Amino acid sequence: MGYDLNEKKYSKVLDLKELRPYGDTLNDGKVQMSFTLPIKNDEKGAEAARELSKKMGIIDPLIAESIELDNDFTMYVVYGSIIHSVNYNDITVETVETDVLSMHQIEDLIDKQIGRNIIVVGASTGTDAHTVGIDAIMNMKGFAGHYGLERYRNIEALNLGSQVDNEDMIKKAVELNADVILISQTVTQKDVHIKNLIEMVELLEVEGLRERFILIVGGPRISHELAKELGFDAGFGPKKFAEDVASYFVQELIQRNK
Amino acid sequence: MSKLNLDKVKISEARDFAKQIADQTQEFIEQHTTVTVERTICRFLGIDGVNEFDVPIPNIIINEISKNGNLEFGVSLYIASIMKAYDIDVNGVCDLFINQKIDISEIKLISKNEVYRILDPYINETLFKIKDAKSKRENFRISYGSKDEPLLYVIVATGNIYEDVTQAKAAAKAGADVVAVIRTTGQSLLDYVPYGPTTEGFGGTFATQENFRIMRNALDEVGEELGRYIMLVNYASGLCMPEIAAMGAIERLDMMLNDSLYGILFRDINMQRTLIDQYFSRVINAYAGIIINTGEDNYLTTSDAVSEAHTVLASQFINEQFAKHAHMDESLMGLGHAFEIDPNVKNGFLYELSQALMAREIFPNSPLKYMPPTKHMTGNIFKGYIQNTLFNVVTTTTNQGIHLLGMLTEAVHTPFMSDRYLAIDNAKYINNTMHDFGDEIEFKKDGIIQKRAKSVLNDSVELLKEIANIGIFETLERGIFAGIKRPIDGGKGLSGVYKKSSKYVNPFIDQMIIELSEVK
Repeated sequence: MGYDLNEKKYSKVLDLKELRPYGDTLNDGKVQMSFTLPIKNDEKGAEAARELSKKMGIIDPLIAESIELDNDFTMYVVYGSIIHSVNYNDITVETVETDVLSMHQIEDLIDKQIGRNIIVVGASTGTDAHTVGIDAIMNMKGFAGHYGLERYRNIEALNLGSQVDNEDMIKKAVELNADVILISQTVTQKDVHIKNLIEMVELLEVEGLRERFILIVGGPRISHELAKELGFDAGFGPKKFAEDVASYFVQELIQRNK
Repeated sequence: MSKLNLDKVKISEARDFAKQIADQTQEFIEQHTTVTVERTICRFLGIDGVNEFDVPIPNIIINEISKNGNLEFGVSLYIASIMKAYDIDVNGVCDLFINQKIDISEIKLISKNEVYRILDPYINETLFKIKDAKSKRENFRISYGSKDEPLLYVIVATGNIYEDVTQAKAAAKAGADVVAVIRTTGQSLLDYVPYGPTTEGFGGTFATQENFRIMRNALDEVGEELGRYIMLVNYASGLCMPEIAAMGAIERLDMMLNDSLYGILFRDINMQRTLIDQYFSRVINAYAGIIINTGEDNYLTTSDAVSEAHTVLASQFINEQFAKHAHMDESLMGLGHAFEIDPNVKNGFLYELSQALMAREIFPNSPLKYMPPTKHMTGNIFKGYIQNTLFNVVTTTTNQGIHLLGMLTEAVHTPFMSDRYLAIDNAKYINNTMHDFGDEIEFKKDGIIQKRAKSVLNDSVELLKEIANIGIFETLERGIFAGIKRPIDGGKGLSGVYKKSSKYVNPFIDQMIIELSEVK
């Protein structure tokens, strides 16, 4: 691998087969992290933090700061170089592969290739009370200058709000003859969102409705890969806007109609 | 003196319109009761516990009356009548209901005066308990002294009350003055209050009387160690507003989230139900000396903080008037607002400063509850920490009463212990280094800050005028707040609303109001 950390002689070449973090020099492997241990803030505690860091693959951990949170809780800020690398070339990630179009392009595409309004039902389901995500995608105003689906001339978007049961969601989608179901999961604890998402897919399958809708999930902890794994058609993570979602479902709908 | 050069005439116009709105609504409120109001009376009569299916006894009684009796008369009339007919106490009445050994349609109903007379010992005992809790709180404050800076408010939300205790104690030691135990998601839509200590919840912990007690004891314990009084917060909101307020009054909670409109807008609870429920819950809070926190901050998580700022101010005016109807002292009105302007807005900080100071000047005696950025927080925790710092600067500069600390991991997960520590550390730093900054500065006449406050105030006067014309019910139907439309007969909990008959009596609210009026 051509470098020796002890002598700080790193290879100057970017080798994607052995990808490492970048601090200020290529291949230096530098990382920063923080964690809390339920112990006193003393020298023994710092040593515990150091050893734990070594187990994580940090070969030269520097405990930059140890902060007492309570008598028996200490937070550590750690810097160091990790020994691990990954082969970037071997990595495959499933992403939504349709082109991202603008609002007007999407509206035109619906006019030309679908010729009727598309009906979208969305909600934050299960125990989740947060509507930030679904509002950003669906509400007229959208988010950060990206208009929401309500604004699209030929999309009928109905946002059911928060804490909607999966059953109610399906009922509404059937009642409105929806093309697309959008589910948002924002704040979750102990992976309750996963359980909820699986339940949605199972309910649709039991009722023989799974194929009837394009089923999409979004949220800060959602990836397309996770969504596919759970049986959804697509998943959208952070920094995705209404046009990302609409581009996908319009093109998918056209594809399915063929 | 107003630093913002606010127009006093406009402020009093706004108050007048808000008063008209609350007055119109109060007429409706006083003609009605709800299942949770009646269950609250049960709780005040000392009725607690659950049956073998975990159904709370107050629910068993109220269900039975609404099924086979007539809840329009109120539960007090039934219980007192049964006590007289069978010559038994309240416990005896409970047993009859639990064992289904009573046909309430057969009960001869007594007069109002007799109800007061029969229930008098129970009323006295409960009101004494509440007054005792209140004076304990006051004694703590006297012996520990009170703080002249914003109260640092943090949230615990583990789902397990015992884990919450660990986190709350650590937060208190780090400098938190106020600890809120977030409720498990979904509790606001339960039409009953769960019972006993709980260790399973999602995104929060069940509000139960036992959990209140456990946390109260823990905070008293750590408070004694620190020589400070640590305040405890929960949520008198959702479908059980007054019941939770009652539990909090008895267990000496210090603050309650308690908004007159929040449940309608954000939990789709029926508007009639919430308006009736908020009234009794606020009388209880007023009587118990519990500070309410209103929920205007939530408007800005769904609507734009720049263009909809006037709805926050309008709602503060309305919440103030509803609280006055509940005989609440201004010192207990923790009116809400938030720092939610998009960080990319040019001069956004100036608008935030303007809005926060405006609230401070318009409601000088209220301990305003100021909420941190949430909507525009991202996974970039480093930037998030700066957003929170700017929020802290506004809080300190404008002397907000209740300072809900922002978490750098807001957009990522429920707070780690270290997140909370960093938040407290940040706030303490700003409070100290900028301690008298607010007193030192003045604003440019007709500059951006003054103009912004003027325009928000003007817009909110216009809005309140419109609401006063059409009434609160139609306002909610039209979606004027937070852009959310709610039909008068829609939402959850409408079936629990009853029109009072002329025989109706709620001896607790009557006695509380008599005493609250005497104080003034």
